[in-house]
Amino acid sequence: MRALRPADRGLLLLAALAAAWQIVVGLEGQGTLATVSYTVAFGILLVADLLLIILGFQALDSPVVVILSTAIPLGLAVGLTAEHVPAQADLAAALAVVALVAVTIPRLAGWRRAGLATLIPVHGLAGLWIVGLPVVTVVSGRQPVPFLLVALGGGLIGLGGMLLAFLKAGRPILSQPAILSLFPSLLLATTVALVSGFALGQPILSIGG
Amino acid sequence: MLLLVTGLAGFASARCPVVHWTTLLGLAGSLFLAIGGSTVLNMWHDRDIDSIMLRTCNRPLPTGRVSPHEALLLGIAMSALGVGWALLLQPLYGLIVFAGLFFDVVIYTLWLKRRTPWAVVWGGVSGGMPVLAGRALGLGSVDWIGVLLALAVLFWIPTHILTFAMRYDSDYRRAGVPTVASVYGFRTARWLVAVSSVLAAAAMVAAAVGIGMAWGYLRLLAVLGGGLLLLAAGTLLRPSENGNFGLFKYASVYMLSSMVAVMLEVL
Repeated sequence: MRALRPADRGLLLLAALAAAWQIVVGLEGQGTLATVSYTVAFGILLVADLLLIILGFQALDSPVVVILSTAIPLGLAVGLTAEHVPAQADLAAALAVVALVAVTIPRLAGWRRAGLATLIPVHGLAGLWIVGLPVVTVVSGRQPVPFLLVALGGGLIGLGGMLLAFLKAGRPILSQPAILSLFPSLLLATTVALVSGFALGQPILSIGG
Repeated sequence: MLLLVTGLAGFASARCPVVHWTTLLGLAGSLFLAIGGSTVLNMWHDRDIDSIMLRTCNRPLPTGRVSPHEALLLGIAMSALGVGWALLLQPLYGLIVFAGLFFDVVIYTLWLKRRTPWAVVWGGVSGGMPVLAGRALGLGSVDWIGVLLALAVLFWIPTHILTFAMRYDSDYRRAGVPTVASVYGFRTARWLVAVSSVLAAAAMVAAAVGIGMAWGYLRLLAVLGGGLLLLAAGTLLRPSENGNFGLFKYASVYMLSSMVAVMLEVL
């Protein structure tokens, strides 16, 4: 497996600091469910960045990578729902738990086909929600335009998650060296887009709340 | 270096309304000298086993770049200067710094390290002294938050030392130094690491609540502690050399990040 370069470590450290900043100061004023969901998502990003710095790309060998990389978009999707469509927050949280269980069981049981069959719709739907909800709120005038950066971050994290998931499933979309060389930059771009989107696009109104 | 940071964090946690640079310099200088002195004395005493272990055989004493006499003089001088400076700064602070040095050099290194794997507990007690000393310097007394911070370091030490001892198990066996892994087996060592990780994270969060840290920093500590627990559980469920090394390194990052968070929070 390709070794981590010093530049990669620098990118990952910046990504870790951005995620830590979001956890410490970026979640003030949110409701409990949104805070917990965002903390899970950015917390996994932070710990993943640190482990990649410590262990290099070998950290991606762990069987829990697919599960954790699924928890990030699910956490963001539930957080966004709790923040902007609070009436559906409990439903979103319940669906996220079911989705996570549906992804976890086949991974632990070693059911490869079932694993892919659950992973694709879970990542796809969570990704669509993270991209779609910010776009809808911005177009409807409820959020300022910079909130679209959250949609960009959602798209990037969906891309990273799918690249990683298919690589782990033995059906890589790109070659392994290509994915690994992209990975640190992708993680940093994702985290910065999300953090700046949340910071610059403060909520104004909520839908259905 | 890490223990020095814990001392500075302990001082910062006291939230002194006025911080004099001379006090801060005295804290950093005295701790640096005392910790450095005890490390040199440890290397002086363990030069025989250091020369047997592959990991340590290139240190200055085993290779002859520094003579034992020079190392002993340097260790005593640094220790005496460190403790003396600490006593001048504040008697209680100096007493705790001396206790840390005594536990590390006399109890841990000279007496227990080659006799029992449980010497690691006394290494932990010694490791907890800088943060306790730093807080005592800031407050002028020892309180339960300082004890909790010291406990966080004490419980972190087994995670740090035992994962390290498992990685270099053959080295320790060759040198005849008993470790939990070599005496009770790797499984017991992994359980101890997992339990001590839980206790370290719990003590750190409890201390942070006691300090009155903001919610954001508590969330950060919870996330970092969660990572530690996840890795400890991982090495328990799926033991591997890579996972063990990851836990060892992450435990250091965890302690450093937690202490830096304590310092940043009060700025």
